[in-house]
Amino acid sequence: MFEAKIWKLGDDIDTDIILPTEYLAMKSVEDMKPYAFSPLRDDLAKNIKPGDIIVAGYNFGCGSSREQAPEVVKALGVSCIVAKSYARIFFRNAINNGLLLIEQPDLFDEVAEGDIAKVTPGQEIVVNNKSYPIASLPENLMDILNAGGLVKAMRHKNGLE
Amino acid sequence: MGHTLVEKIIGNKVGHEVRPGDIVTVPVDWCMIDDIMVPFAVQKFEEMGFSKVANPDSVVLIYDHFLPATQVDDTRHFRVGDEFAKKYGIKNVHRTDGICHQLMTEAGYVKPGDIAFGTDSHTVTYGCVGAFSTGIGYTEMAGILGTGELWIRVPETIKIEIDGTLPGDVTSKDIILRIIGDLTASGATYQSIEFTGSTIESMSVASRMTMSNMSVEAGAKCGLFVPDEKTCDYCKIPYDASVKALRPDDDAKYSRVIRYRAEDMVPVMACPSLVDNIKPVSQLSGTKVDQVFLGSCTNGRLEDLRAAAIILKDKHVAEYVKMIVTPASRKIYREALHDGTLEILSNAGCIITTPGCGLCCGRGGGILSDGEVVVATNNRNFLGRMGTSKVQIYLASPVTAAKVAIAGHI
Repeated sequence: MFEAKIWKLGDDIDTDIILPTEYLAMKSVEDMKPYAFSPLRDDLAKNIKPGDIIVAGYNFGCGSSREQAPEVVKALGVSCIVAKSYARIFFRNAINNGLLLIEQPDLFDEVAEGDIAKVTPGQEIVVNNKSYPIASLPENLMDILNAGGLVKAMRHKNGLE
Repeated sequence: MGHTLVEKIIGNKVGHEVRPGDIVTVPVDWCMIDDIMVPFAVQKFEEMGFSKVANPDSVVLIYDHFLPATQVDDTRHFRVGDEFAKKYGIKNVHRTDGICHQLMTEAGYVKPGDIAFGTDSHTVTYGCVGAFSTGIGYTEMAGILGTGELWIRVPETIKIEIDGTLPGDVTSKDIILRIIGDLTASGATYQSIEFTGSTIESMSVASRMTMSNMSVEAGAKCGLFVPDEKTCDYCKIPYDASVKALRPDDDAKYSRVIRYRAEDMVPVMACPSLVDNIKPVSQLSGTKVDQVFLGSCTNGRLEDLRAAAIILKDKHVAEYVKMIVTPASRKIYREALHDGTLEILSNAGCIITTPGCGLCCGRGGGILSDGEVVVATNNRNFLGRMGTSKVQIYLASPVTAAKVAIAGHI
């Protein structure tokens, strides 16, 4: 279980919002961090603290296949995203980078930015004394997540870890 | 119980029947890596510890988003790509030929029934020839480079049937925008879309490409067309039994079936700043436009340029409108040069650029500023896509875009 502060975004948070195209070619994800979410809220990247969580509506991560999007969210220290649903490429990319995604239909409508969430992965999220149930990911995805992402899973496969 | 087209394609590749929800590992016929993602894919490939690329001939590197380079260090992506290709024996490298999604079928790579993955979300475009293709991240691409395979979940299928004859000013772009508006930007998430009906059958492969290209804007994993004689002509292959077998069974099970009458279709636009914010053009009149963009993997083909040229012939774009025309490939550029299309567009006051992604991804010339309005034929109108987040982007067909350019307003 971990406790985390909630940052609240809306529906259809697309990958151009998470990281605009003009920053995609920066040499490292660290360089990209200040620009995350800048088209929507240019103060967000500097205010998110390691361990915080993002709560959003439907179709989080829609748009392009840019993996810099989940990487930059992970680099900001976000411990997980809780949304009503995810776009499929973002979903795969996040798991492959070891970023935990949780689907929860009700949480978004009932919590406010700044609320504190108590997250027990695979079981529940508690906010304002109310419990919201959450499911586990399929086994093949948990294997990748538990390995710390696809790169580490492949390194293991190649006998390097 | 029968199978949908995507179930057949995947089933053929894995050698057994598959059903929606099955998780299977598929062999990969084609890997497309675009210039933006090349250095990241290469870095991940090396971090994974692979010593060779599993199938070098299945890999295609395409430089398109950053061409010609507009920012310092963009050319690093080309250098990294060239070095990687040389080191691992990759022969298929397109350095200035056009947009990746145009080239993957135009240059003869992806054929009906193939499975292809690319590092760009519009990889769904190859569904136009009846191939299963979809976008992935660079880490998964690195994994495919090393192993030659990828796990996928077999998707459910939404069948969209369109019958009848389209009104004269309506194109396949208007159809797909209407569908996205009806489905919403997440209405087909994780699913395959199968386009069928008499309107689809009479459509060119180029028009079909526009629709498969934008299927991802409804969240779809792929947008498929049953390959027919036109497909085979385009792919330069015989229309034989193996291609004819690539069709859904009559008793295939769909998650949803949606039917349209072509005669009911009207010209539409996706209004700022969501792809599913669709309105008929007739309800939008009055907004002054600063720029018009004709191009992209959605609508940068010869028929698109010609459709605009028919409207712009002997006319001129409004004096304050900058109309940018970017052919999707060199082949298209040359065809439009030879048949006089580019001359008509140039006479009408258009700016004609080199083939590539151009303004679509906000990297080419034509970046806009706060309060400005652009009508564009590409696939996304997200905040900040073509300049600042206060630019208003409307998506439209080439026909509508050309009319707007002359009028100077929507």
